[in-house]
Amino acid sequence: MTNSGLWHHVVSRSLGLIPTLLMLITIAFFMIRMAPGGPFDTEKALPPEIRANLDAKYHLDEPLLQQYFRYLGQIVTLDFGPSFQYKDWTVNELIAQGFPVSLTIGGLAMLVAFFLGTLVGITAALRQNSGVDYSIMGVAMLGISIPNFVVAPLLILVFAVYAGWLPAGGWEWSFRHMLLPVLTLSLPVVAYIARLTRGSMIEVLHSNYIRTARAKGLPERIVILRHALKPALLPVISFMGPATAGLITGSVVIERIYSIPGLGSYFVQGALNRDYTLVMGVVIFYGVIIVLMNFIVDLLYAWLNPKIRFDENQ
Amino acid sequence: MALLNVKNLRVRFDTPEGDVHAVNGIDFHVNQGETLAIVGESGSGKSQLVMAIMGLLAENGEAEGVAEFRDVDLMQLSSHDLNKVRGREIAMIFQDPMTSLNPFLTIEQQMTEVVMHHQKLGKREAHQHAVEMLRAVRIPDPEERIRQYPHEYSGGMRQRVMIAMGLLCEPDLLIADEPTTALDVTVQAQITHLIGELRDKTQMAIILITHDLAVVAGICDRIVVMYAGKMVECGTVDEIFYEPQHPYTRGLLASVPRLDRDAEMDLHAIPGNPPNLLSLPTGCSFRDRCVEAQEACRQVPPLWRDEKGHMSRCVNKIPGGQIVDDQGEPA
Amino acid sequence: MKINKLKSQNSNESGGTSAQAAIDDPFAAAFAQRDVPGRSLWIDAWHRLLKNRAAVVSAIIMFLMLMAVVFGPMISPWAADFTDWDHTASPPSLANGHWFGTDAVGRDILVRTLEGGRISLLVGLVATLVSLVIGITYGSIAGFYGGMTDRLMMRMVDIIYALPFMFFVILLMVIFGRNIILIFVAIGAVNWLDMARIVRGQTLGLKNTEFVEAAQACGVSDRAIITRHIVPNLLGVVMVYVTLTIPQVILVESFLSFLGLGVQEPMSSWGALVNDGAQDMESAPWTLVFPATFLAVTLYCFNYIGDGMRDALDPKDR
Repeated sequence: MTNSGLWHHVVSRSLGLIPTLLMLITIAFFMIRMAPGGPFDTEKALPPEIRANLDAKYHLDEPLLQQYFRYLGQIVTLDFGPSFQYKDWTVNELIAQGFPVSLTIGGLAMLVAFFLGTLVGITAALRQNSGVDYSIMGVAMLGISIPNFVVAPLLILVFAVYAGWLPAGGWEWSFRHMLLPVLTLSLPVVAYIARLTRGSMIEVLHSNYIRTARAKGLPERIVILRHALKPALLPVISFMGPATAGLITGSVVIERIYSIPGLGSYFVQGALNRDYTLVMGVVIFYGVIIVLMNFIVDLLYAWLNPKIRFDENQ
Repeated sequence: MALLNVKNLRVRFDTPEGDVHAVNGIDFHVNQGETLAIVGESGSGKSQLVMAIMGLLAENGEAEGVAEFRDVDLMQLSSHDLNKVRGREIAMIFQDPMTSLNPFLTIEQQMTEVVMHHQKLGKREAHQHAVEMLRAVRIPDPEERIRQYPHEYSGGMRQRVMIAMGLLCEPDLLIADEPTTALDVTVQAQITHLIGELRDKTQMAIILITHDLAVVAGICDRIVVMYAGKMVECGTVDEIFYEPQHPYTRGLLASVPRLDRDAEMDLHAIPGNPPNLLSLPTGCSFRDRCVEAQEACRQVPPLWRDEKGHMSRCVNKIPGGQIVDDQGEPA
Repeated sequence: MKINKLKSQNSNESGGTSAQAAIDDPFAAAFAQRDVPGRSLWIDAWHRLLKNRAAVVSAIIMFLMLMAVVFGPMISPWAADFTDWDHTASPPSLANGHWFGTDAVGRDILVRTLEGGRISLLVGLVATLVSLVIGITYGSIAGFYGGMTDRLMMRMVDIIYALPFMFFVILLMVIFGRNIILIFVAIGAVNWLDMARIVRGQTLGLKNTEFVEAAQACGVSDRAIITRHIVPNLLGVVMVYVTLTIPQVILVESFLSFLGLGVQEPMSSWGALVNDGAQDMESAPWTLVFPATFLAVTLYCFNYIGDGMRDALDPKDR
């Protein structure tokens, strides 16, 4: 018995990454270029010669396809180019500045979502159809239904304005500053994971192999922890890929509301100001993260599922 | 002295369409070392009956009655206490081997946990014990294969594993719920034979649930025939096969295709459809489909018993029999 | 003891409840009614749905909401863009007729909320329709043709699925300006993936079922197979996903509006109203609370209805 199944899986999935990334870059590139108005239109009208120089310097006068391939070449060397909007900065520098912030909040939100969500979901499943179950699921439904840009202002109102315990926004590397953003960001994901876990756990608890485990006289605690937990959590692990995408999406709004200088804010500003390189940089950067995350989740799933891991007939 | 004594067991399911009465009052016993067959068609309640005894009913199911296992009423036990009996003194194997093993744990893990929990064995001893058991059920290369996962075993092999797992603690009673139904015919024969062999070696009692009379004839001592949640006939294998009293039993026996009959004859079937457990007919549940049905069948039929213990629930008297109540005492 | 032999079944015997030939059975007629009448899948599902109290209540609320947003602004004494200078930023009061209060420039919040509801619900329905059309077409083609076509098409879906779609929607809005038709199309175009996957799965499964095979063996035409076997089976699943897509789409639209990329003034949607309300939330919380509540309630109810439909059509132990 070998891990050959797993190996096959890794290789084939890795190869699949490339077309995905390529597509991502291409779509983003051509879309942003389609926007009417260029990066320099928003400023006060420039004299034509200066304009021509600028265009030449940033290669905006070249045919689109050429710009595309030039860009691809740059990407390969991980050079996202200079920002059009923030004149003295390169996109790499901007990303390096904004990313750690977004990563911290996003990463924490993901951890909270996973652990809190599964805990809550399992509790509900173990007390299926009880009052506890219904109330948990009701609250979870609320969590999914109320958009985070509604929850956030409300939380700010309560905790920052009225009670004064927490800051209303702004960024510092402190627990007090991170609490509300992380909480608000993770809320819909916690709710979704709770529902998912509950459904999955209920289904597993009805399966024949759980019946066998009980028939063997194992205490319920062992039946749940040893026999039911892993199968029940597999769909949740699969969900972590899309969950990452969701968290990244949500971060755009969260950063705006809480005035956090993360990557999402840069993106929105860049889009509004036609800062091509910045927008491209952020889209690709985030895209890569999502693709990587899906990849890791995929591998994790394959590793945990014996049928895939140990099956030589892939 | 009976090992297991079941009295007036009833099982009811609460469904959106109403109450389904799966088991309607059944009494039987199993003696030490004896192999009892419970025979009936789908919907007769035979599976739910043992599920109730083992405490494995679905959430919407409710059971009443007594199931005395060595003077302890299993029906009254808490889960905690029931767990001391399950897997250790009473083992159970199920109908569908393909889904009865946990796909995420190795065979070793699933087997050793039983003895490690019930008999407090250490890992090494448990491993040895499990390997020996696999050998006893004829799994080839048990040392190698024990580390594999269920999906690497065939259906027949998985059922053997289930049997091995059940026998690890040397239970006094094995309940086998249609263990061969889901398997190929040749494998069926092997498994049935295996069960018989193991029984001979260990002297354990077996409750074998099946709808296949051929399987019964091979290894069973006594038979209980069930219909619509009630026992309609019970007796030794010889009594049932050679002198069936109840029309249903006769219908079942007549339905078995035989090689020595004329191949051109139509296959015999019991007319009608299985009973609707949501609303059973009054009196004898079988009367809709019975060849010998009479006016008197609209009343609850009496239970007849002869001096050898052969019982039948029908208006037709057993030769040499007297009417008794459900416990077998003269009425 | 002789065993009563039954006479062999006569050729009309269909295994039903006909009387045995050997004995004249007086109960035969009564037995014939013993069978439980069958119920079609849809009726069964409908009954199950009706039993789901959460779904039924949600449906009633949604109906009321629909009535309110459609007819409310017509009967309201205030026009949505009317600025009541006497009562700017005033809290809700029954006395001055502004039941939900007014915003900073004196516009009645109730009317604005209801009109905003029109846009939000409209976007929800139309964008869902767009995503439905694209998704069903794509999915059924992939499922129907199977093989390489299917693999390629699904690969595309996988790739697109991995992309941060919100960003592309934002890009689209930025590129083409804030045109309401565009919003319908953009959101719908980005949301069709799930629908396509589901439809493709169903079509593939259905294509290979025994009953379709049997129909083909009986010489039923392809068209009849599609209309009588495949479409009804797709319908259920599609309905469930439509009900679940609507709240997703409304959410995306409000996201966009919140970021300032949604519908243009003077049109407003709940998302935009929440955005406005959030600015003034310390001084005039009612400008935030009412639109937010309407939005949340709508999403909540649609989710419950969708959930209820899914359970009704595919019951498992909940």
